[in-house]
Amino acid sequence: MNIHEYQAKGLFEQYDVKTLRGIIASNSTEAAEACKELGGNIWVVKAQVHAGGRGKGGGIILCRSPDEVYEAADKLIGSRLITPQTTADGVEVRKIYVEEGCNISRELYLGIVLDRERDLPVIMASIEGGIEIEEVANKNPEKILKVHIDPITGLGDWQARKIAFGLGLQGNQIKHCVKFMKSLYKLFVNLDCSIVEINPLVVSSDDEIIALDAKINFDSSGLFRHKEIEELRDVYEEEPLETRADKVGLNYIKLNGEIGCMVNGAGLAMATMDIIKLHGGEPANFLDVGGGADSKQVAEGFKVILSDPEVKAIFVNIFGGIMRCDFIAEGIITAAKEINMSIPLIVRLAGTNVELGKQMLSESGLDLISADDMNDGAIKAINSIGGNA
Amino acid sequence: MSIWLDSNSKIVVQGITGKNGQFHTEQMLDYGTKVIGGVTPGKGGQETQGLPIWNTLSEATDAGANVSCIFVPPPFAADAIMEAADSGIELIVAITEGIPALDMVKVKKYIENIDTRLIGPNCPGIITPGKSKVGIMPGHIHRRGDVGIISRSGTLTYEAVNQVTEIGLGQSTCIGIGGDPVNGTNFIDCLEAFEKDNNTKSIIMIGEIGGSAEETASEYVKEYVSKPVVGFIAGRTAPPGKRMGHAGAIISGGKGTAKAKMNAMERAGIHVSENPSELGKTLEEIL
Repeated sequence: MNIHEYQAKGLFEQYDVKTLRGIIASNSTEAAEACKELGGNIWVVKAQVHAGGRGKGGGIILCRSPDEVYEAADKLIGSRLITPQTTADGVEVRKIYVEEGCNISRELYLGIVLDRERDLPVIMASIEGGIEIEEVANKNPEKILKVHIDPITGLGDWQARKIAFGLGLQGNQIKHCVKFMKSLYKLFVNLDCSIVEINPLVVSSDDEIIALDAKINFDSSGLFRHKEIEELRDVYEEEPLETRADKVGLNYIKLNGEIGCMVNGAGLAMATMDIIKLHGGEPANFLDVGGGADSKQVAEGFKVILSDPEVKAIFVNIFGGIMRCDFIAEGIITAAKEINMSIPLIVRLAGTNVELGKQMLSESGLDLISADDMNDGAIKAINSIGGNA
Repeated sequence: MSIWLDSNSKIVVQGITGKNGQFHTEQMLDYGTKVIGGVTPGKGGQETQGLPIWNTLSEATDAGANVSCIFVPPPFAADAIMEAADSGIELIVAITEGIPALDMVKVKKYIENIDTRLIGPNCPGIITPGKSKVGIMPGHIHRRGDVGIISRSGTLTYEAVNQVTEIGLGQSTCIGIGGDPVNGTNFIDCLEAFEKDNNTKSIIMIGEIGGSAEETASEYVKEYVSKPVVGFIAGRTAPPGKRMGHAGAIISGGKGTAKAKMNAMERAGIHVSENPSELGKTLEEIL
């Protein structure tokens, strides 16, 4: 789960990770008032959207007067921001963050992620601040400093110093950087983060180490013990159909094709999308109904798929293990009763209680196309909408 | 022969009184798995399905258990794995989905110096057909044979098993290593064991997007595996930056794509099937 920069900075503050003072605003009047409250003579107005690359997209504006702040906020709020990480349509800016200025002497990069090869958290730092870390990793991998952290002992001072010296920091900067990293690691662990990234991390002219930007991504599996984080979720940043499916415990991801998919198991769901594409079709979604879904959830899954206007056919691909084929059949029948299913429905059932499932479907009188295996199902789905697989 | 699990394995179910624990204990017993009891702290002394319930894992190992199957809910699952490791369990199969990644980081560190094997979490388990099944896979689709199967996915493994059975072959052992970013047994551990196992003649390896386990495993195959390997990678059509159901199935920063993994497999001499319904056929062709 992602959160906005201003929310991440709120958490930074709680953990004593140094940021600049800022105020969130949802209209230009609030923004102008915010800069007066902050004081000073320079401010940065920043669009609050989850997508990265905001600077490149014109979502970060430097202002030298309250009038300029007003204008910048007016321009951003309600507009659609297009960045290298958004679609061509961009994303709507609903809030902006007004932040005080700062005298920057150096821009650096700092991130903490989980290293899946070593199964340990790793701190990554680079003197190349402000540039995407993937780009640095590709072009100048030697410029990335890495320190792996033992989860039992935590981040040692010596490890933090190693990074601080590696970044070429001096004098008081070292002390400040060590404190900064230790606080940041504490936040990473305590809040079950999967990514904490600060780009740029700046060294101010008075030797302070400050997070100029803040990106946090949380491990969804850890959210059960962080209700306060769950409350930071911004549903406007999420695909509405994905949020709706999530509410009933279904894993749905919207894609751009025409063939809706309902599958049990993440691997099989991905493979089903792949096989549709392999035969020249385009999958409309990823949907894993999981192993423990009941017929109500299955019915809701159907409604979610059908809410996507692009969907022209649905391919149900079930290999019953824990999931019983009769539950799926019941879900299909329930959904069909509630909604007028006017598009082709292709069903492939295998595994646990397959005979019962097939019997229920045939007795229901529903107009559906049955498939022998997933290959057959994918071909029939494509051909049902005029394709030639 | 088979790997890690046979008819002598004695299983204790952690979380035996929960809904899933109960259901799958019954299924395992039906299959002929030697489940000798379960652990649910606080319910020690009671019985379920004719099996004793213990409060602690040490009581289970005292009674002879050497394999544990975990259905404990995510908040308590990491603790359950460490308890099993500490009490001398040789093989820990963690079915639980949704364990926080940082909990698993601690678990991995904790079991590093303990002589135990962890499979999972977030996996279907392990089965040696006709002998023992520890996990949630439908037993009836399996058949005794000489194909070893390793996969990060559950249902996609069943798909492979079914295809192998349909071409008239069977499986030596099938292992679901799980869909989480931090897991115990990896592809290489399984490949090494299958290479050594006399009864395994060929291997099917099913990976998916995210991480680089398939790439490192491919390098291992090239160096050390003489048996034919058929491969598949799920997620060619998955968009980057999106978690595809499994916590570990995500392409991030351009890393972990299906294409890169398939290329690595091909370079290692693995017979990659582009079509997930042709795993059996691909295997048949090379044998």
